Amino acid sequence: MLMRTDTGTAAPSLPEARPAVQLDGVTKQFGDATALHEAWLKIVPGEFMTLLGPSGCGKTTLLNLIAGFLDADAGEIFIDGTLVTETPAHKREIGIVFQNYALFPHMTVANNVAYGLKTRGVEAGEIKRRVDEALALVKLTGFGDRKPRQLSGGQQQRVALARALVIRPKVLLLDEPFSALDKNLRAAMQIELKEIQQRLGVTTIFVTHDQAEALSMSDRIAVMSAGRIHQIAGPQDIYRRPQDRFVASFIGDASVLTGKLLSANETMAQVALGPLTVEVLAAPLAGLTAGADVDLFVRPEHLIPVDGDAAGTGLPGTVRTQVFQGGHVDLYIDMPGYAAQPVLLRSSGAHAPSMPKTGDLIRIRPASTDLVAFPRQGD
Amino acid sequence: MSYPMRRSPLAVAGILLVAAILGFVMLPAVVVTITAFNDKAILAFPPQSYSWRWFERAISYDDFRKGFWNGLIVTAWASTLALIVGTGFALALHRYTFSLKSTLEALLLSPLVIPHFTIGLGLLILSAQLTVGRGYPLVVLAHVILVLPFVLRSVFISLKNLDGRLELAASSLGASPRRVLFTITLPLLVPGLVSGWLFAAILSFNEFTATLFVSNQATQTLPVAMYNYVREYADPTLAALSVIYIVVTALLLTLANFFFGLGKILNVDAH
Repeated sequence: MLMRTDTGTAAPSLPEARPAVQLDGVTKQFGDATALHEAWLKIVPGEFMTLLGPSGCGKTTLLNLIAGFLDADAGEIFIDGTLVTETPAHKREIGIVFQNYALFPHMTVANNVAYGLKTRGVEAGEIKRRVDEALALVKLTGFGDRKPRQLSGGQQQRVALARALVIRPKVLLLDEPFSALDKNLRAAMQIELKEIQQRLGVTTIFVTHDQAEALSMSDRIAVMSAGRIHQIAGPQDIYRRPQDRFVASFIGDASVLTGKLLSANETMAQVALGPLTVEVLAAPLAGLTAGADVDLFVRPEHLIPVDGDAAGTGLPGTVRTQVFQGGHVDLYIDMPGYAAQPVLLRSSGAHAPSMPKTGDLIRIRPASTDLVAFPRQGD
Repeated sequence: MSYPMRRSPLAVAGILLVAAILGFVMLPAVVVTITAFNDKAILAFPPQSYSWRWFERAISYDDFRKGFWNGLIVTAWASTLALIVGTGFALALHRYTFSLKSTLEALLLSPLVIPHFTIGLGLLILSAQLTVGRGYPLVVLAHVILVLPFVLRSVFISLKNLDGRLELAASSLGASPRRVLFTITLPLLVPGLVSGWLFAAILSFNEFTATLFVSNQATQTLPVAMYNYVREYADPTLAALSVIYIVVTALLLTLANFFFGLGKILNVDAH
């Protein structure tokens, strides 16, 4: 079982374990466009690793490179300690589940699942036993004689999963497997997949553009954009300590407040935010001198209203809209001079009756030790 | 929900128009069918008296019998060869990118724009130059050239509709490229292959213009034999033959529909 640490972004238990998958500077070009730029990645055996990013960020390219569907232009790929950069896909022993499941339409469910065993020359009795076992694992016992088109979307996905797992792959690759399912089914399948993955302990690489999915399922997440891996860390670290502006704005909601760098030591830096002083991580601000303009990224739940209107206790603003969402209530606050865009403050829905309404004046301040700032970007 | 049919003047006119168009389309076949039963040895309409004798003559006439078998032999060879060659080219065009790819594609599809008599004449000149006789190989070659674009298109469209991820999934499950081809790609292409072969066979069996140039008395196909017949005789035998043609084709299509589903074979069905 992997332990998730709150500090640092180093992979858990990395030095001892031989990586299940390792990428050393893997690069892929499509014509003049760089789809993947020098990807370095080590995945621990049994780990659930998510490649997260917007479409076109290179996550699917990375998956296809690991599967052997694409050839890398530079760099090396290792699976289970073996160099596979030049190994064709059919000799890599990986299981893959596609977004559309890619079930063989001319075969029954049982023959779909048996396909990978037949290519390996497993004898008939053993095939039957393992197919039954795999179908039981995905709760489809008794569906073996059906054709894929006779199944619902969720059932087709289970077949695809059984087909990929029955060969006992060294790595399980999942290419946006939930995006074709409706919302309720998706949530149920996520839990079920995670359970199966943990029970079997199969190393899994999961590609998605859905950050909620990534945060809830992963041991670690690699956040990608424009062909580069921006940050590799556990879900909490990704959320609380984003390494750059892209990660900070792509994961979760964040408002940008303008501040000035006051001073910095090895680990922490002080930033002036109007009359307030807040502490942030020093690393992203390395190289800036005191007085430099910085952008402070604040999560909506890390902002709180300040009682009273004494100057110096909070930043003044005007409530633009109050949005009641049941479990929580959102305030969008205009803060000229402090933020170019309305600032989002989120509070428990229980506080809604006492919260300021549209047009009310309000004072707010950041109340968290998890604040990050980045150098101001010219716009 | 459907709207009740109203017998408005416009609707009646519409029905009449549709009926008129259908009648017009069917008219030649109807005229020929009735003429085929004319007892007299003239192509006149409508007949004065009726008989089956032209059917007997159509079936027993030597050139027609010979032409029919010649046609079957040529069609079987030409459409099968075109299927194999066309499938190979379609796979190559679909899977690989190479220089001159678009040139190759244009060349393979060019018989669509080159008149049949040009192909026939060209092969005739060539065979005379190389002193190759006008035997079956020459006729088959002409037919392969003519039907290849249709086979190629049919297979190519099926390949485009084939989800490439099925092949990727199979290879991830350990199947070699060869095994993927024979267990996934080809089985899923069967409707496209059957429809391509069927198109090729129908075109080949009915082909006349090019065949006229490259066949001789011994290798002439049924359409050429029919042409030679009508130059000598003007009796309803050809009309009787046309009726046989229509009935046999309809029977074959009915059978095909019964066993495979016609929509699937002609590649017009989505599933």
